[in-house]
Amino acid sequence: MADRSIAPDTPELRARWGNFTFAQSWADKAKAAIARYPEGRQRSAVMALLDYAQRQVGEETNTQGWLPIPVIEYVARELGMPVIRVLEVATFYTMYNLVPVGRFHVQVCGTTPCMLRGSDDIIATCEKRGMHAGHTTDDGLWTFTEVECMGNCASAPMVQINDDNYEDLTPERMDAILDALARGETPKAGTQEPGRHTVEPAGALSTLTAMANENHDYRGEWA
Amino acid sequence: MPKVKVDGVEIEVPNGATVLQACELVGKEIPRFCYHERLSIAGNCRMCLVEVKPGPPKPQASCALPAADNQEIRTDSEMVKKAREGVMEFLLINHPLDCPICDQGGECDLQDQSVAYGRGGSRYHENKRAVTDKYMGPLIKTQMTRCIHCTRCVRFSEEVAGVDEIGALYRGEQMQITTYLEHAAKHELSANVIDLCPVGALTSRPYAFEARPWELKKTLGIDVSDATGANIRIDARGREVMRVLPRINDDVNEEWISDKARYQVDGLTKRRLDRPWIRRDGKLQPATWAEAFAAVGSLNPGNSIAAIAGDMVDCETMFAAKTLLGALGSSQLEGRQTGMDYATDSMAAVNFNSTFNGIETADVILIVGSMVRWEAPLVNVRIRKAVKRGAKVFLIGAEWETTFGGEFLGTDRSLLGALPQHVTDAFGVAKRPAMIVGGAGLGGGGLGAALALSSSLNLVRDLDDGTQWNGFNVLHMAASRMGGLMLGFAQKGGLADIVNAKPKVVLSLGADEVDYTKLADSMIVYIGHHGDKGAHAADVILPAAAYTEKSGTYVNTEGRVQFADKAVFAPGDAREDWTILRALADAFGVSVGFDSFEELRSAMIAAVPALGIEGLADYGSALPSGGGSASGAIAAYPIQDFYMTNPIARASAVMQRCSAELLHGEDMAEAAE
Repeated sequence: MADRSIAPDTPELRARWGNFTFAQSWADKAKAAIARYPEGRQRSAVMALLDYAQRQVGEETNTQGWLPIPVIEYVARELGMPVIRVLEVATFYTMYNLVPVGRFHVQVCGTTPCMLRGSDDIIATCEKRGMHAGHTTDDGLWTFTEVECMGNCASAPMVQINDDNYEDLTPERMDAILDALARGETPKAGTQEPGRHTVEPAGALSTLTAMANENHDYRGEWA
Repeated sequence: MPKVKVDGVEIEVPNGATVLQACELVGKEIPRFCYHERLSIAGNCRMCLVEVKPGPPKPQASCALPAADNQEIRTDSEMVKKAREGVMEFLLINHPLDCPICDQGGECDLQDQSVAYGRGGSRYHENKRAVTDKYMGPLIKTQMTRCIHCTRCVRFSEEVAGVDEIGALYRGEQMQITTYLEHAAKHELSANVIDLCPVGALTSRPYAFEARPWELKKTLGIDVSDATGANIRIDARGREVMRVLPRINDDVNEEWISDKARYQVDGLTKRRLDRPWIRRDGKLQPATWAEAFAAVGSLNPGNSIAAIAGDMVDCETMFAAKTLLGALGSSQLEGRQTGMDYATDSMAAVNFNSTFNGIETADVILIVGSMVRWEAPLVNVRIRKAVKRGAKVFLIGAEWETTFGGEFLGTDRSLLGALPQHVTDAFGVAKRPAMIVGGAGLGGGGLGAALALSSSLNLVRDLDDGTQWNGFNVLHMAASRMGGLMLGFAQKGGLADIVNAKPKVVLSLGADEVDYTKLADSMIVYIGHHGDKGAHAADVILPAAAYTEKSGTYVNTEGRVQFADKAVFAPGDAREDWTILRALADAFGVSVGFDSFEELRSAMIAAVPALGIEGLADYGSALPSGGGSASGAIAAYPIQDFYMTNPIARASAVMQRCSAELLHGEDMAEAAE
């Protein structure tokens, strides 16, 4: 995981984001998120609100979005909580971007299962396009990060680009996805293996064979 | 009352006790870093691991595990020993071994516990992590690589101080403790995180690289920067006070002290009056003691002499002055320098009757004209505790930033006679109602109206449990106030009486807040320790001792009599105050009847017996009925600048910097070191 740090609090940043408020659509969602919690516990909605704020920033900048300091302060004001507590949350979770990112945030998994299945080649594919870890390409299209396990080991290697996962990658398939995204198309999310729908076993069942057609209680066979 | 067995010793522990507390009850020492009695339980350092049966076959964090019936706890087993060694080894992986250049060295929990519970060496050969230092203001020096993430400082600022400004950012190995955007910590108790920090991550900036703990002579003292009478330990090396630390006293300061109490001491070496001065031809000129006494003696005032006590003097000094004036036939004594003239016939009416411990249990509190946060930061902590237990707080006076919420009702004192309905309703159902009248509330007839209100709200009552509750409180700001009032340093009309009497000589006992232009016709003999406002107006200056340089008796705002010891000698020719007053008796040719400090103290105790008994003085619970109507708006509070309230603080470079940076927002970029 790349080291994270907060974007410096500069006058330019204040000028750009100081007047941030939720647009109506996000404000409605924020209200709904706050309403999920009892009166006086509205700060429980901090993660949802940070996400909405990041997405609105993304819409405004045509990127995946990030959280400038004034926006974090806005969320703190909305929830009536100390801004340091909001900042703690925003810095803890890696889904919140603390610095500007590109149009597409390419997060390639490099943990052991993906690595064994060839994530090094996927990373090389990305690097051929000028991406390198922790940076945004000059055209503002790609931000590349190498991340740890995202839980798609059964369809490794995988990459997460903005909100979608693309799995069962090869360098060619990765190229096709990146090309499609660059053209403004929406490639099919999930597994890229033809004939595979989700993370069902590739080929025949190797385990839990008795479960293939109906539910089966294995507990009696544990011995 | 669960019964547990600790290392084979059976013991009954109170309900809700943790395993750690159970172990302590049988006298077992449990090492810990994150656990602190006065903070919430975090359970993240893992140093307090013990073996508990029944339970999973692994060591458990005793600080966060409730003691339950029939538990068998072992703190001396092989498992516990190995667990402690393991935790210590992990903690030391990223902790720099820079103890020789660390200010915490010698009083460091990590150092001590690694000696006691750690293994001999480390098996870690990788690089240690390094963390950039954070700016936390002029008082707190940081060295964040040393931080072990116990989060005591985070919990202190959130829970005790009530100002969320320190937090833990990032996660895992990247976790860092910082203030928001590295702004300075801006509250009155901020430096207590230095004491809380178990390692050298947060250390004292003014005291950096000054001394090692084992070089210091430790003296028990009483803080005089406000009227709470915080218990302090004065650490001195040679003739210089190096630092002041809080002592634990659950009745007074728990274990906190304000930043002013802690850091004004560098002012003790600056702007000192270290020799007598006499005003000749309109200018103060240095003189010898003999010349000074001759000059004062030649004034020959007879009974036309008055004494004004400053905010920081001890009872012995005031009593010596009172005796001297008595021998001359005068009783013109006053301590309320700003001209307050509230009635002092009943001490209970000007006392913090609930006591600090008691105010924590109040369920409705009305604060009249007190900016508690600045006037008594330690009382503010208590009020915050009360609010956390569910108390409602209403305030009368100009709005200030509270750390406990509360509703501001308005600024006019007349509200005392006409509280809004919802406030009287709240008082109506309250079991332990309380009122706190501060300095700004006492004026304008405020005390009388507050007393009348307290009787109509029935603040003095017998509780269901048979104890008595007195909810009427006056919060003073001067350490000498209660002692002075007990010794009769109050004229009916306040300072105005003394101004009108036009005394020939005014003895100013470190009185620096008096408007001396009104006393222009009097000869002013200033007996004090700092070249401040009083010394500027003086005709004769007799250099005296500051609070660290003399033994003394102090009475705090709740009427608690406390004794302080002498830590160092006064500089230069300065002498202890009582010796100066004793010598003045000779200069005036009268007898005061004491020749030693012990004789003075026993004479004082004979006159006011309560001053001889440590603890709360008994003023009775009967309050005068008060009455009259209060008027006028409380638009401002007496303290304009928290860091500049007394001559010592005004002389202190640290306090000046705090005032400039924290209150006046002046950007004080750190000078290149």
